Amino acid sequence: MKTSKFSLVLVALAVVMIAVGTLTGEAQLVLSKAINICMECIGIG
Amino acid sequence: MGKKQKNIRLWFQAAWFAVTNGYAKGFLEGKIYKGQIKYVCVPGLNCYSCPGALGSCPIGSLQAVLDSGKFRVSCYVFGFLMLFGALLGRFVCGWLCPFGLVQDLLHKIPLFRKKKNMPGHRVLKYLRYVILVLFVILLPMTVVGITGMGDPWFCKYICPSGTLLGGLPLLASNPTLRSAVGFLFSWKMFVLLLILFVSIKYYRPFCKYVCPLGAIYGVFNPIALYRFSVDEAKCIHCGKCKSVCGMDIPVWEKPNSFDCIRCGDCKAACPTGAIQSTLDQLRVKPYGGIEQPDIEK
Repeated sequence: MKTSKFSLVLVALAVVMIAVGTLTGEAQLVLSKAINICMECIGIG
Repeated sequence: MGKKQKNIRLWFQAAWFAVTNGYAKGFLEGKIYKGQIKYVCVPGLNCYSCPGALGSCPIGSLQAVLDSGKFRVSCYVFGFLMLFGALLGRFVCGWLCPFGLVQDLLHKIPLFRKKKNMPGHRVLKYLRYVILVLFVILLPMTVVGITGMGDPWFCKYICPSGTLLGGLPLLASNPTLRSAVGFLFSWKMFVLLLILFVSIKYYRPFCKYVCPLGAIYGVFNPIALYRFSVDEAKCIHCGKCKSVCGMDIPVWEKPNSFDCIRCGDCKAACPTGAIQSTLDQLRVKPYGGIEQPDIEK
């Protein structure tokens, strides 16, 4: 039961981290990378 | 029961792949999806340059943030990794990863005598941690050009998922990209073909020895909401769980091993029903396992 509570705390912390990342502009950076073909990923550039 | 369980998992993996790579137009036109859903990271190793991909690959996104030179730590991507890890652990690898599905299907090909582990398994199983630290974090952050930006080393030199799900479909439908193919693509094709070939004989070699995403989720296995436990009173130590486990885990000793991908084969094979997941426990116990106060008569 303690483990489940700890994992719920981690889930809450994760949500906070995602919110912080969104505010600091990380989410925008991820989107800009993801909507353009990643030449390195496909083995070209 | 075991075969039924495996079939359910295969169909679930295929359905998840279809849902998260549902941009059919991308495959036809050799383009990728450019919508807002790509703000969100998917749980598995699913290249965001796959023409059908609707979400972002967490390992690709992590490198993109770290090699940008703008952030020392990625709250956003580590947040997604922690979210999926704390909820599911390596259930993601067993049920929600497209490259896991590819390896599972290849291992079904009736060629070679099947083996679980490659020679040198005891040492090789630590390679994924080296790849995580070196190729996903340190090299993208430290080896930078004059612009202050680095390369996504794992995606660029190793990731076979990117070559298979992103590179090949895009090159097949986009002549401009085809004309730009060079040595790097040959190297990545070599890595991909090697892993695909080895997967026919050995069970999930990429997940066992190479995948940095599995290395991260594995750490969450003992503390995730979805966990396994063994009822000591029921367990007869027959070893059937280990014999059916593709990851070769002695489940009665380590039900939450870092290597476990939560395929559930051990649960299906256990003759006494001693292995249970947290979901099974909720189903078995009345009131969802929550103790009810005594009611005085």
